[in-house]
Amino acid sequence: MRGAVSLPAPIAQFPWRVVIPLTLLVAFGAAVLHSAAGGSFSPYAGSHLLRFGVFLIVALVMSYFPEDWARFAAIPVYIAILLLLMAVEAVGQLGGGSQRWLELGFIRLQPSELMKPGIVLILAAFYHTLPVGMIGSWRALLVPAGLLVVPMGLVLLQPDLGTSLAIAFGGVVVMFLAGIPQKWFIGGGLAAVCVAPLAYFFGLQPYQQQRVLTFLDPASDPQGSGYHIIQSKIAIGSGGLSGKGFGEGSQSQLNYLPEPHTDFVFATMAEEWGLIGGLFVLLVFGIVLRWGLLVARDAKTRFSRLLAGGMTATIFFYVAVNLMMVMGLAPVVGIPLPFMSHGGSSMMTNMLCVGALMMVERWNRQSTSAGL
Amino acid sequence: MDRKLTSNSLKQTFDRRSFVVGSVQGGIGLLLAARMGYIAVAENEKYEMEAESNRVNLTLIPPRRGWILDRNGSPLASNRADFRVDIIPERLENADATVELLGDLLEFSKPEKADLRDRLEESRGFAAVPVANGLDYEKFAAVSVRIPDLPGVIPQRGYSRFYPTGASVGHLIGYVGTPSREEYDEDPKPLLLTPGFKLGKDGIEKQFEQQLRGEPGARRVEVTASGRIVRDLETREDVQGNAVQLTIDGPLQDYAARRIGLESGSVVVMDCETGELLCMASMPSFDPNSFSDGIGRVEFAMLRENDRVPLRNKTLKGLYPPGSTVKPMHAMAFMHEGVSPDEAIMCNGGRRIGNRFFNCWSNHGRVDMAKAIYQSCDSYFYHFAQQVGFDKVARFAHQFGLGEEFDLPVASQFYGTVPDPEWKQEKYGSEWQPYDTVNASIGQGYYLASPLQLAVMTARIATGYAVTPSLIKPDTSPKFASMNYRPDEIAYIRQAMSDVVNGPGTAGRARLPIENVLLAGKTGTAQVVSLSVSDGRSGPWRYRDHGLFVFFAPFDKPRYAGAVVIEHGGGSGAAYPVARDVMTFLLDPQKGLEALHALEEQWGGTAQQRLDRQYQTYASAAGVDLPPAPPPVTLSEQVDAEARAAYSGPDQADSTVFSPRDEANPRAEDTTT
Repeated sequence: MRGAVSLPAPIAQFPWRVVIPLTLLVAFGAAVLHSAAGGSFSPYAGSHLLRFGVFLIVALVMSYFPEDWARFAAIPVYIAILLLLMAVEAVGQLGGGSQRWLELGFIRLQPSELMKPGIVLILAAFYHTLPVGMIGSWRALLVPAGLLVVPMGLVLLQPDLGTSLAIAFGGVVVMFLAGIPQKWFIGGGLAAVCVAPLAYFFGLQPYQQQRVLTFLDPASDPQGSGYHIIQSKIAIGSGGLSGKGFGEGSQSQLNYLPEPHTDFVFATMAEEWGLIGGLFVLLVFGIVLRWGLLVARDAKTRFSRLLAGGMTATIFFYVAVNLMMVMGLAPVVGIPLPFMSHGGSSMMTNMLCVGALMMVERWNRQSTSAGL
Repeated sequence: MDRKLTSNSLKQTFDRRSFVVGSVQGGIGLLLAARMGYIAVAENEKYEMEAESNRVNLTLIPPRRGWILDRNGSPLASNRADFRVDIIPERLENADATVELLGDLLEFSKPEKADLRDRLEESRGFAAVPVANGLDYEKFAAVSVRIPDLPGVIPQRGYSRFYPTGASVGHLIGYVGTPSREEYDEDPKPLLLTPGFKLGKDGIEKQFEQQLRGEPGARRVEVTASGRIVRDLETREDVQGNAVQLTIDGPLQDYAARRIGLESGSVVVMDCETGELLCMASMPSFDPNSFSDGIGRVEFAMLRENDRVPLRNKTLKGLYPPGSTVKPMHAMAFMHEGVSPDEAIMCNGGRRIGNRFFNCWSNHGRVDMAKAIYQSCDSYFYHFAQQVGFDKVARFAHQFGLGEEFDLPVASQFYGTVPDPEWKQEKYGSEWQPYDTVNASIGQGYYLASPLQLAVMTARIATGYAVTPSLIKPDTSPKFASMNYRPDEIAYIRQAMSDVVNGPGTAGRARLPIENVLLAGKTGTAQVVSLSVSDGRSGPWRYRDHGLFVFFAPFDKPRYAGAVVIEHGGGSGAAYPVARDVMTFLLDPQKGLEALHALEEQWGGTAQQRLDRQYQTYASAAGVDLPPAPPPVTLSEQVDAEARAAYSGPDQADSTVFSPRDEANPRAEDTTT
């Protein structure tokens, strides 16, 4: 109950602290998309705002779910998403090619996206039910690992390395926060270092290997896969402190920047708004993520704590990987920037995460008032 | 935290670890902010430049080539504005699809598409392959709007080289073409890779490349990643190359080339006083217009397979035994070595030299120097060459320009051969024999000369000065050194050579149909094979004798000198009518043209028309029915033979007044030695 005592409860309880920065960010994103479409609301900016509106309502509705519901839903939701992932695989096999989505008529559903909040939910529920004393046991490691590996494998089959890494990241952060012994992380880290070369040579598709090589030396292939990174850095670098002005970015307007409205939307923005725009975006993400971690810290139950922490980590993963990618600090993996990139799936996933966080925040408030 | 785990301790772990997670997140956030600051501020200048070099495309505009002018300022090579389309093979994404779409847009036929595909395959990748030029605006616009679908295709406004008289100047002027890899390696300028740029590949075009080239213009445009031009930023005009003015008389060149007709041969005419070359025609030739558009393979094959070597400039690189055309020059040598012109011998159908009898082409009876020249008596030259010694005669031959190279802006010229004992010893390692003297004395044997050398020789005989030929119009007329012949010696030879044509000589039909102007000359027949193989007049073309004729006019005050060589013409009778008509045209264009028109009617059109027809026949025989692109003949009117007649009447012929003479006696057979 910080400050706003004089306001009526529904207004005071409305999650302003996240909705206001998010709305600003989405509006800014829409402006950038407007520019990326060559100065037009269609096709990107309009639908971007619309989706935000729709999913914001979904998130707000979600925030009213009681904790019990969420906990009981964990297993059915996880199983349902697994089934959807298998369905994608089956349709892909039948259709004679790989695909990542299910055509449901009214929407093109990408189940792997749902799995990102889904894995956080199931792991939070698992650790909640795990007896406190068993946190150091093998069971605390192996069951979550199993829950993690199955969907990761299915997503890798699609093949979609970026999403499966995002799922892994969310899951691993929940496991870390749940308090499983540190030695397993250290051991896991060492194992990863050993496995990485093997994975590179045997696990990655040739185009993915190329992307890793290109990341290490973009100039080696300036017309091919290095093109993305080079053009993105040129866009960001040429923006300077205050940018070239709205709609004046030559890199995006003249199509030098690939994917100016999805993966490289940050570069589009940075070219026209400069470092100032970039710091604004970073600041908003900082506010949102800090809010997420505060919600997690204030959470009263183990389930809600892990849920909030995992959701925050999932959003963070998107932001960090995307921004590192566009600035040339990470390989091109095809992960969009939350709340700015045009795309329904990423908006949905991120708003589900935000919805879950708002839900936890509401539980915190209820238990506080109940406790008082 | 081993056994004493409680819910509280887990909460502490969570807090501790969530602090770690938060710190990592904050750290990465700071890292990103720093990274962005570094890129956007510290490296801003570098990336701004790169963005600019992305956005702005600098295209060079090929400079307009300088014109090549004839002596009167009419263009022998000019430029035509046109719309053209080129392909840069390297930038093609899907060659077949591009050819298909482009072919449809340009309404190409199937063979044309196939030809384009072939040329793309044979190309070197980085250099532009011309697709089409001379397009009308509609087709040009149709291609231009489809540029985003056609990566690597470059439509542009430009200029193409235009040779108004086509094949007549082919060997002399050369042609232009897209630079080859070798040429680029030699002169690695970006201009050479610019689509539409052509450089001189042969002849004058090549020799004066730097002067003709000019300065390229530049156009800065804003382009999208796919190469579509968004807008023009700025344009710098090109600077046209400098003109090159030749000494060539365009209409005369055209006339001479056409007059050669169906034969294979060459005509050289020069100004005796200045050494300026008025005409260097070599036929059959190629049409430099079609070469400059990127010659079709069919056309090239046709030219290469022709046994009359249309790709060789015969005025410089055709070497022939000079035959009797060297006799006046040899006679001058004899005089200078102390042989009196009145000294006579008896020709009994030949002459005994040493212990062997050598035949003359006829029995001339008593022969002095004049008769030996106008009747072309071989015995006389056998005798006096033997008496004087051919090593001495050969020195005179060099003095008169045979076996010599001249300072001309041409890629190559052939020396030919003036045989002498020393030469034979070096070349064959054997002694000079009396029969060598006999052969050489009448321009046979090892003797070889080019038409240009024969023309220079004639100019030197006619004037007594060491006339040297020039091809580029000089600012001042040169002074030539005297060759130290007495005026009476020169006059004697002039008279004898006039008698060849106007007197009792061997070329009565060469007499000019112009009053007051007498042509002097000397016939020559160069045997290619021995009499046992062919009589030199009939049978297979390549066994027939070459016909030669050297001449100057007017005989008593020489102004013009020249040489005509008709390859395998069956004797000098093929050569001197050509010389007569060319000189007639020079002095009276109208009269010259009448003669030519009558002949061209027999032959089936002008040289260009016949070449076009020959091309079509060849193309249909080869199974590739490509229409040759006929150049619009507008400018040509300024320079072709008809144009001269139209605006310059017979006044030139009247400019010099000569003493009247009787009609020359109409006699002498066509076939003489």
